[in-house]
Amino acid sequence: MTIRLATAAAAIALLLGGNWALAADKPTDPQIAHIAYTAGVIDIEAAKQAIATSKNKTVVEFAESMVRDHESVNKQALDLVKKLNVTPEDNDTSKALAQAAETKRAELAKLTGDDFDKAYVENEAAYHKQVNGALETLLIPSAQNTELKSLLETGLKLFQGHQQHAEHVATELK
Amino acid sequence: MSANPARRAFLALFLGAAAIAVPAQAETIQVTIDRLVYAPPEIQAKVGDEIEWINKDALVHTATVQGGAEVLLPPKKSGRLPLQEPGSFDYICRYHPNMKGHITVRP
Ligand SMILES: [Cu+2]
Repeated sequence: MTIRLATAAAAIALLLGGNWALAADKPTDPQIAHIAYTAGVIDIEAAKQAIATSKNKTVVEFAESMVRDHESVNKQALDLVKKLNVTPEDNDTSKALAQAAETKRAELAKLTGDDFDKAYVENEAAYHKQVNGALETLLIPSAQNTELKSLLETGLKLFQGHQQHAEHVATELK
Repeated sequence: MSANPARRAFLALFLGAAAIAVPAQAETIQVTIDRLVYAPPEIQAKVGDEIEWINKDALVHTATVQGGAEVLLPPKKSGRLPLQEPGSFDYICRYHPNMKGHITVRP
């Protein structure tokens, strides 16, 4: 079990790592907007799966806060792209993110109880960490529009908060 | 209608002394939350003061003292905490633990 999870994590890291690197030829603002929005949607869906599956109050409360925060930020993102007259553009990084999330969702769907809770919360910590890395090294430096850049910077602070929150919940589950 | 100058002088003296003896007025100290940052992060206060956090974000935050009080701060709302005991307190947001603040409360 542990080996299987570790292998899956490595595969995802490889997949995403490869694609973040691929996208290193500077995504455009419409692509960045799409990637950031997709990253939020993925976490909302993961949270909804957790709310439906988990019986642990702390885990459910964590998941509810993920839905709340990411819906709020994605709404701000939509308002901003509308104001800037930018149409988010699908791209390989968004696709890789969605694909990895799909795989993860299927994997989590096989788990119940404490196993689910642990796997979900650990993945939340890892996922937010990964998105933070992408924001810091790729998305924020590449963003051209100052308002988009500023929203991404707030997003980074939020995701860093979520990563720490997830890590805290993970230690509580041990 | 007292026209007794001696009495008026006495009253002025008495009230003057009383004013000095009265402790400084309790204050409301405001902390703004904007883009996941408490500003100012450090607060100096005294017992009896109140802190008011003003949340300008579209996110739910808290001001949570570890093992102590918690103030829930809904989006675009504010919340208050009366300071009842002296001490030095670190606080964080429960939902975003990278948000950090500190309160020093003098007796
Ligand atoms: Cu917060």
